[in-house]
Amino acid sequence: MCLGIPMQIIQINGKEAAAEAGGVKKSIRLDLLEGCKTGDYVLIHTGFAIEKLDEREALETLELIRQVYNAGVHQRFDSKKK
Amino acid sequence: MSSNSILQSIHDPAIMKPLADALGKHVLKQPLAIMHVCGTHEHAIAKAGIRSILPEGLRLIAGPGCPVCVCPSHDIDLAIGAAMRDGVILTTFGDMFRVPSINSSLEMVKAKGRAVRVVYSPMDAVRIARDNPFKEVIFVAVGFETTAGPIAATLAADPPRNFTIIPSLRLIPPALTFLLERAGSALNGFILPGHVSTVLGRRGYLFLETGYGMPGVIAGFEPLDILRAIIDLVNQAENGMPARVVNLYKRVVTENGNRKARESIYRVFEPVDASWRGIGVIPESGLSLRSEFEHLDAVRKLGLEPFAESVDVMPGCICHLVILGDAEPEECPLFGTVCTPRKPTGPCMVSSEGTCRARYQYRRV
Ligand code: SF4
Repeated sequence: MCLGIPMQIIQINGKEAAAEAGGVKKSIRLDLLEGCKTGDYVLIHTGFAIEKLDEREALETLELIRQVYNAGVHQRFDSKKK
Repeated sequence: MSSNSILQSIHDPAIMKPLADALGKHVLKQPLAIMHVCGTHEHAIAKAGIRSILPEGLRLIAGPGCPVCVCPSHDIDLAIGAAMRDGVILTTFGDMFRVPSINSSLEMVKAKGRAVRVVYSPMDAVRIARDNPFKEVIFVAVGFETTAGPIAATLAADPPRNFTIIPSLRLIPPALTFLLERAGSALNGFILPGHVSTVLGRRGYLFLETGYGMPGVIAGFEPLDILRAIIDLVNQAENGMPARVVNLYKRVVTENGNRKARESIYRVFEPVDASWRGIGVIPESGLSLRSEFEHLDAVRKLGLEPFAESVDVMPGCICHLVILGDAEPEECPLFGTVCTPRKPTGPCMVSSEGTCRARYQYRRV
């Protein structure tokens, strides 16, 4: 039930805003988040932005995953050689 | 790279394989039990088949993490009773619509011609109230911290006088404490709910470390997020170091959480002892409206009363054991035979996040 959908803010009007994800637009509320700007990615739950998405952290997670993935691929490659 | 394409890459199932292989090959030093308390985690775990790749002796328990599954039938009966009254429009999240009480459900009440409407946001319910000034519009307020924020903000934003709620919100930390203190508790770590954690932050769980020496990992909802959490908890259980609460969902969850959301919640609500369906009362685990907001309480305003025969545990259903990890859905004789998503006997078969429903939907045949 705590589903959250990442969306990008495209327009802000006081505590209301328009957000977009995958071509779908939605009107959202900003009551629970301070300092939102147009262009920010936010997590939407029941029509409210509940947290900002940290792009740097998302990239780091992805980088870590890549490393693990590459290591895994190499391991399998090594074991094949043996 | 845009945030959306980053998220898509994290979602890529191929990327899970090396980690899954490593985990599957790991030989445990001793049997371990890890619990999550989040319906969205359970759905993701069942869908990705994560239990099938766990090493022998590692049990992954779905705890009481589905808000509509733990919503006491008392509160469902209040909602049903309200919907039966003339001049009322009852609004609810979709998850709650089909949850059975002993005699009925909101779905059945609607089928009888009563005004029950499914909404996506509490603000939608307020809109319905504005559009229907001569009706009493009641919103069934279920959910954990994640949902309590939006509901509190809705109530603080001056809703019209014909708008009220049936309060049935629940808090996760008191439930964790309950799970650790109950008799026979033998858990080795918690996977902590990603979106509840946006509100609480990592700090909100430090009592696990200090009070219980219990490891916890805040995890996102991709299979990979969950695998990483399991691996961290296995490492913590086996390396003999002091237990830590780790945040592996930093792309959304911060150290201190969302203070503004917490302030909104506690401006409108205060903690009360509250009943969890099939489990019983957990101290300070619910939210009741503060006196300044009492006029928004439908139960008070309309004098709602439950039917005398509110029954939490449906005959034959073992949901209450399932959500504590004391039984698996497959141990329920009704699972998949009498009780199916089309005709659920107990609350755990209703929502896509209920343990029985997720297990049924993604069962390996
Ligand atoms: S399968 Fe149905 S009856 Fe059995 S425990 Fe789950 S919800 Fe209850």
